[in-house]
Amino acid sequence: MPPGQYVTTDFPVLSAGPTPRVQLDGWSFTIEGAVDSPVSWSWSDFQSLPPETVTVDIHCVTKWTKLDTVWTGVSVDTLLDGVETQGAFVTAFSDGGYTTNLPLADVTGGKAWIAYAYGGEPLEPEHGGPARLLVPHLYFWKSAKWVRGLELRATDKPGFWENYGYNNYGDPWREQRYAGD
Amino acid sequence: MVSLVDETAQTKSIVLDVPEWIPHRAGQHVDVRLTAEDGYQAQRSYSIASAPEDARLELTVERLDDGEVSPYLAGELREGDELELRGPIGGYFVWEEAFGGPLVLLAGGSGVVPLRAMLRHHQAAGSTVPVSLLYSARTFDDVIYRDELMTLATVDGIEIAFTLTRVQPEGWQGYRRRIDRELLAEIAGPATDAPLVYVCGPTAFVETAATELVALGHRPERIRTERFGPS
Repeated sequence: MPPGQYVTTDFPVLSAGPTPRVQLDGWSFTIEGAVDSPVSWSWSDFQSLPPETVTVDIHCVTKWTKLDTVWTGVSVDTLLDGVETQGAFVTAFSDGGYTTNLPLADVTGGKAWIAYAYGGEPLEPEHGGPARLLVPHLYFWKSAKWVRGLELRATDKPGFWENYGYNNYGDPWREQRYAGD
Repeated sequence: MVSLVDETAQTKSIVLDVPEWIPHRAGQHVDVRLTAEDGYQAQRSYSIASAPEDARLELTVERLDDGEVSPYLAGELREGDELELRGPIGGYFVWEEAFGGPLVLLAGGSGVVPLRAMLRHHQAAGSTVPVSLLYSARTFDDVIYRDELMTLATVDGIEIAFTLTRVQPEGWQGYRRRIDRELLAEIAGPATDAPLVYVCGPTAFVETAATELVALGHRPERIRTERFGPS
């Protein structure tokens, strides 16, 4: 367990505004920014990508940890396969305007997924469905709900909570909750 | 800790004298850390109940019987005891007089705490922004800050409505049901007024309020939410 966390068996919900509701036939996922040409998938394209199912612990900055959560989705490695970029950072962007920033190295190498199922069921909107970023080794606000794409960037740019006093990186094992930790 | 106020059977307000406090903004929270004699530490976040203008920092804590921190804060803590605080934290779920309004505050249960800080700030700042608070509680005895809210309800420009979802006292004139679209329309007014809405409470309350307000035509970026998990 990371320091200062406690285990919950619930699945608490945290978000800054109303839960966006999107129709799957209008959904797409896009990789853009510092790339030779943007690449985009429709919902049906996305479902045809090879899925992975992972069992991970998740750690929320509000101090709860949930153990052995089971997610199914597409590895970010799969999405970036064949994408040429000079960028070293990514900004994940979501329906509703939410953003969060991460080093590219933290979403590659089998460390991050775009998850669309939780516990074998379609991901519910309040937990980020139809699809959310899953980056379990960082505090869970980095796992952007309702994610619609990744912008690759040459420079780092703080996202939503990172602009409101939360840590820019968010490593739970070093208890990087707030700016300056 | 300088004084304790019994708010309801389950909640207490803790009034603190904090040296070197950085003035907070209404709606922010603090982390409270407890350390046992054997060095074991537990920490939780609590909303600040006082206005930035108040002389002392106040937290209101609901005692959760299976909780790790709240039974101590709302049961064992005595005047003169010291607490380890970190904060203020959070910069989005805040209201300042300069943000304007109209201001709509929707509270479910102990979700009223940060909204009470906003109301106190509104009064201390002499704001003329119209405010409408809807407070959903199970019973009349579960209403936190009852006397203060009853007094505020008599102020021009402040509307305070209660809905009691489980038991109502005899002769109860307020609402008596869980929030729904019709009730929210009455409290928030027309979407064309573009009120700034703050919703705080349990997940089901927040989801219903935010979803129905969007359905009523309110813009999502005018609706700010904060949820109370099991902590």
